[in-house]
Amino acid sequence: MGSRIPGAGYLLVVLLIVFSIFGEGFATLPNILNIGVQGSVLLLLALPMTLIIMSEGLDLSMGAVLSLAGVVLATLLMNGHSLALALAAAAGVGLTFGLANGVLVVALGLPPFVATLGTLGIAQGLALVLTGGQSVVGIGDALPALYESRIVGVPFSIAIALGAFLVFWLASRQTRLGAYISALGGNREALALAGVRVNLFHVGIYALGGLMSGFAALLLTGRMSAGHPTAAIGLEFDAVAAVIVGGTSFERGNGTLAGTLVGVLTIGVLRNGLNVLSVPSSLQVASIGVLVIAALVVDASIVALRRTAGSRA
Amino acid sequence: VRAVAYRLAAVALIAGGLAFTTDAFFTLPNVLNILRQASLTFLIASGLTLTILTAGLDLSVGANVGLSACLAATVMKSSDSIALGVATGLAFGAVVGLTNGLLVTALKLPPFIATYGMLWTLNGVTYWFMAGETIHGFAPGFRTLGSGYWLGIPVPIYVMAAFLAAGGIFTRYTTFGHEVYAIGANREAARLSGVPVRARLNLVYSLSGAMAGLAAIVYLARLNSAEADIGEALTLPAIAAVLIGGTSLFGGVGSLSGTLVGALTLTLVMNGMNLWAIDANWQPLVTGAIVLLAVWIDVVTRQRAEARV
Repeated sequence: MGSRIPGAGYLLVVLLIVFSIFGEGFATLPNILNIGVQGSVLLLLALPMTLIIMSEGLDLSMGAVLSLAGVVLATLLMNGHSLALALAAAAGVGLTFGLANGVLVVALGLPPFVATLGTLGIAQGLALVLTGGQSVVGIGDALPALYESRIVGVPFSIAIALGAFLVFWLASRQTRLGAYISALGGNREALALAGVRVNLFHVGIYALGGLMSGFAALLLTGRMSAGHPTAAIGLEFDAVAAVIVGGTSFERGNGTLAGTLVGVLTIGVLRNGLNVLSVPSSLQVASIGVLVIAALVVDASIVALRRTAGSRA
Repeated sequence: VRAVAYRLAAVALIAGGLAFTTDAFFTLPNVLNILRQASLTFLIASGLTLTILTAGLDLSVGANVGLSACLAATVMKSSDSIALGVATGLAFGAVVGLTNGLLVTALKLPPFIATYGMLWTLNGVTYWFMAGETIHGFAPGFRTLGSGYWLGIPVPIYVMAAFLAAGGIFTRYTTFGHEVYAIGANREAARLSGVPVRARLNLVYSLSGAMAGLAAIVYLARLNSAEADIGEALTLPAIAAVLIGGTSLFGGVGSLSGTLVGALTLTLVMNGMNLWAIDANWQPLVTGAIVLLAVWIDVVTRQRAEARV
C-alpha cells in the first residue's frame, strides 16, 4: 500500500481545470454535489471491485446483478411490502450471486472473467423474465422520500457512499484484510500457512461484491423512482475503469481504496463535465475507454521517469 | 477427434429430441434456417476461436459487428456501391481488431480487459453515430449474401463452409497455425523458440476483428437494416459456441470445426426454445448457464489431464 499518486490524480486536476474554464455552470456547488450523487452508485461497486481485482479476479456480473436486485426491490415495493423487506431481498439477491461467483471461481476453479460473464447472462435473463422487459413503476413514496433526504446536510446517496468508503477503508487499515487480499493474488500459499482459511476468505470477497451490488440497488432505484431490467447493464465497466484508473494493477495484487475513490471521482467528473458541454451520453462511455488508456500511459511514464531518475542518482 | 465426435452425438441427440417433441423442427425451411443462423454465429466465433487458442479472448466481437455493420450500411447507402460498403465493414472490423491487438501487446493489458473496454467504447460510438436512426433497404444483389439461395441452400452456409475450410487449413497446416497453438500452450516457450509472439498476436486480433466485420456484412444483408443495437446480443452466444466446441480458455487446445459444432449446438437449443414457445427473454439466462457448464467441463478436463501427467 504505497502512497504514490495514481496517474488519475493528475488527470483529475487537468479535467477539473478544463471543465471549469469551458463548462458553464460546472464549478458550482449544486453541480459538484451532482457529481457526488452520480458517483455514489459507482463507488459502491468500485470498492469491492478493487478487492476482487487485487485478488487477481474480476466481477463482470455486477451491473446485471444490480439491475436484477433493483427490479426485485421495485417489484416488492410496488406490491406494498415494506422498504426494509425489499432492501433485504435486494441484498439477498446480490449476496446469492456473489456467493455463486465465489464458488464458481474458488471451488470450481473457473477463470473469473468467464464465470462472471456467465452469471451476468443469468442475472440479466432473470431480470428480463421477471419484468417481461418492462420498467417497474409505482414504487410508492417511502424510497423516493428516503433518497431525497439529507444526513447532516449531505445528500443521502453521498452519505451512504462515503459511509461505505469509510467502512472499507477502516477494515483494510485496522485489520489484516488489506494484507490478506494482496497475498491472495501474489502469495496464496504463505497465506494458507499463516492459518488463514484462504478459500473461504476468497469466496467472501466475491460475496461482498454481490452484496454491495444488491445494496447499490437502493440508490439506483431511489434515483429513478423505478426498477428497470437493464438499468445498470455495463456499469461494471465504469467500476473496472475506476479501479484501473485508480492505480490498482491486475498482475501484482497491489492497489488502494483511496486510489479507487480518485478513479470514481475522475470518471464522475469526466461524465459530468462532458454532460455540461452537452456531449451525448453514448460518447461519454467511449471517453471512459480513452481515459483508462490515458491513465495507464501516465502511470507507465511515471514509472519510466522514476527509473531514469533513480539510475542517475 | 473423439471429442468432436462426442459433441456431434450431442447435437444429434438434441436434434432428435426436438424432432420428436415438435412438428415444425424437422422441416426443410427450419433446418436451413438453423444452418443459416449457425453460420452467422460461426463467422463471429471463428476469429474469437483464434484469440482463445492463444490463451486470449475478444469480448468486443459483438460490438464490433454492430459498429462495422452501421458504418458499412451508411457508406453503402451514400455511395450506392456495394463493394465500397463491404470494404468499409471489413476494414473497420480489422482496424478495431488491430487496436485490440496493440492494447494487448503494446500496453500489456489483459486481453479480457482490453477487449471489454473496446466493447463499451464501440457501443457508445455506435449509439452516438446512429443517433436513433435505422438504415434499411439495400440493393437486392447485396441482400443475396445474407438471404439468398444457391442450389436451394442459403448463401451464408457457403460463406461459412469456405471460411471453415480456409481456417481449417490455416490453423492445421501452416506455420502461422502452429504458432498460434504454440503461443497458447506456452507463450514463453514459443518466444524462446523464435515465434514473433507480439506480431502473431496482433495478427490474430486483427483477424478476429476482420471476421466480425465479415459477419457484420452477412448479418446486414440478412436483416436488410442496421440499428445501433444490432450487435448487442451476439458476444455471449459466440463465446458459448467456442467453449461448447471444446476450445480451452487456457489456450493451445481446440479447433474451428469444434466451434462449428458449438455454434450448431447453441443454435439448436435456441431454435428449440423458440419452437416450444419459450419467451425470448430466457435466452441470455440459458446462454449464461451453457457458458458456465462449458467452462466447468473445460476446467475438469484440464485438471484430469494434468493429474495423468
